[in-house]
Amino acid sequence: MHIIVKLFAQYREGRFKVEQREYPKGATAQTVIDELCLENTSPLGVLMVRGKHVQPTYTLQEGDEVALFPKVGGG
Amino acid sequence: MADLIYRVNMSELSFKIEEVPSKWMGLGGRGLTSTIVAEEVDPECHPLGPNNKMVFAPGLLSGTSASNSGRNSCGAKSPLTGGIKESNVGGTSAGIFSKLGVKALIIEGLPKDENTFYQLHVTKNKVEFIPVPELVGKDNYAVLDAMMAKYDKKVAVMSIGRIGEMRMNIANISVKDPSGKLRSHGRGGLGAVMGSKKIKCITVDAADYKEVTIADPEKFKEASKVFTKALQENPISGQGLPAFGTNVLVNILNEAGGLPTRNFRQGNWEHAENICGETMAENIKARGGKTTHGCHAGCVIQCSQVYNDKEGKYLTSGFEYETIWALGAHLGIQDLDLIAKMDGLMDDLGVDSIETSVVLGLAVDAGILAYGDGQKAYELLSHDIPMGTPLGRIIGAGTHILGKTYGLVRVPTVKGQGIPAYEPRAVKGQGITYATTPMGADHTAGYAVATNILNSGGHVDPLKKEGQVELARNLQIATAAVDSTGMCIFVAFAALDDAKCLPSLIDMINARFGCALTIDDVMNLGKTILRTEHEFNIKAGLNSASDRLPEFMKYEILPPHNVTWDFTGEEIDEFWNF
Ligand code: SF4
Repeated sequence: MHIIVKLFAQYREGRFKVEQREYPKGATAQTVIDELCLENTSPLGVLMVRGKHVQPTYTLQEGDEVALFPKVGGG
Repeated sequence: MADLIYRVNMSELSFKIEEVPSKWMGLGGRGLTSTIVAEEVDPECHPLGPNNKMVFAPGLLSGTSASNSGRNSCGAKSPLTGGIKESNVGGTSAGIFSKLGVKALIIEGLPKDENTFYQLHVTKNKVEFIPVPELVGKDNYAVLDAMMAKYDKKVAVMSIGRIGEMRMNIANISVKDPSGKLRSHGRGGLGAVMGSKKIKCITVDAADYKEVTIADPEKFKEASKVFTKALQENPISGQGLPAFGTNVLVNILNEAGGLPTRNFRQGNWEHAENICGETMAENIKARGGKTTHGCHAGCVIQCSQVYNDKEGKYLTSGFEYETIWALGAHLGIQDLDLIAKMDGLMDDLGVDSIETSVVLGLAVDAGILAYGDGQKAYELLSHDIPMGTPLGRIIGAGTHILGKTYGLVRVPTVKGQGIPAYEPRAVKGQGITYATTPMGADHTAGYAVATNILNSGGHVDPLKKEGQVELARNLQIATAAVDSTGMCIFVAFAALDDAKCLPSLIDMINARFGCALTIDDVMNLGKTILRTEHEFNIKAGLNSASDRLPEFMKYEILPPHNVTWDFTGEEIDEFWNF
């Protein structure tokens, strides 16, 4: 499956901003998080697919855009 | 020595030093300013007339060694909203007021002589009224320089620029920060109130005093350690905020479809990457600015920064998401350096960077400039507004009045105050805060974005109505209490997610004053403050119809999630059921 992965804040360091990547059918958002070792950098803060918050157990669909943020805040 | 109330009368150019009445004893910051305004100001008075009062009050913990406790509150009836206003600021004023033993500075009346502006110089048991004709027509940095030249020591400086002198609704009160830059009592036109009272600046000298006493120093130290640790260990206050500042929000709101774009027509902006926190942090690194900077001594979070231009020359500090959003996605400027230059200029001019940028964005709809025309926006800001041209005055009156003047329907305000940075239709909890807070559309009053978008304090789906009223209510109550302690609101992230944070904050208050407050007491304080402010507003003529978002949000569908503002009036009014 083609999946667009977008990384933000500290997750970009040593990785990328946005990439189209390949994942097998049945892969979840957690697969992406693990493959990129994101939580070695910082705990996961926000996970969105197509602009909506989902859980890491979310099963990816062809063409999904996955956005991953470490814990960030402001206001 | 016990703290005292300094009461200044501008009609008589006189002052009195009063003991703190027992009912005000346990209050500080917003709790105290709102209580005094509600008790002493006629809600029907004209905000710029003789019967409005300005109240400054440091927080309960200001002046102590507690981390992030250096916020100072200013309250009055707002010329922008027509309701009660409290706006708090970092900088050096809270600490210095506390060290001098000033519980609150209350300023009443108007001078009879309309042509003289004064410097109020506050020292131990004394307030001097110094005419400052040489500073009239000058902006904040010139005032700051003059005061620094005059006093060869640390004094607090609060000042207004030309726009405050002209009593425009966008005028703020600027406060010197520890590095000689400016922070502001931003929202609600408090600078216009100061201008109406003919006060160009207030200086406070506490050099030889240290009146802050701690009833139980051991207990205080212990609690303070726990509290600081909670702030430092929290991934948001410990890492995210220092690394990227608040501007890290551009991308997250953009992804969530909650970044108001083209005057609230869309929830994403195609150019977000140009102005986002990540880009800002890269520029800072490449150009030798500072990613971390505290707006007051004792801030361990340091969300502020120093942002330089390509040549490494200072452009601005305290460069916040809401301002960047407004000049960016809302008004269309894609050049982060120009946005920074405008931010720095707004500090010097002494205008609320949110209201000013939101109204400049609305000026696009009014046909005054084209979307994305940064040069024209800069010209309006640097020329028309500070020169007080008729167009400058209309813009300087704020978003609501510009909308009325140009016959616009799509005017993003609540209670006359511009809505910042978070699309209410796509971040519905924040929409409830905007609708209900007595302050007018103020994002800090109950930051539901935390739980709607950032997963702080759990998660409430931003696109659904369920749970939003309760969320906004709980956050507003907690915020009203926190705003009374002198704490910066960013301690809330640790408070929402770390069970040790809030108890240690309360332990510090108890150790400082030798009292035994519980979490319930503190929450009750928050409720009392909100109710007090709400009652003032009702007497001032703001009713439940004022607790509403602009109507266009009900019938215009916002992409990309295709949502509307779908709360009924009764559902919103449930907010006040506590
Ligand atoms: S976190 Fe930011 S706003 Fe809060 S005290 Fe520190 S610099 Fe100021």
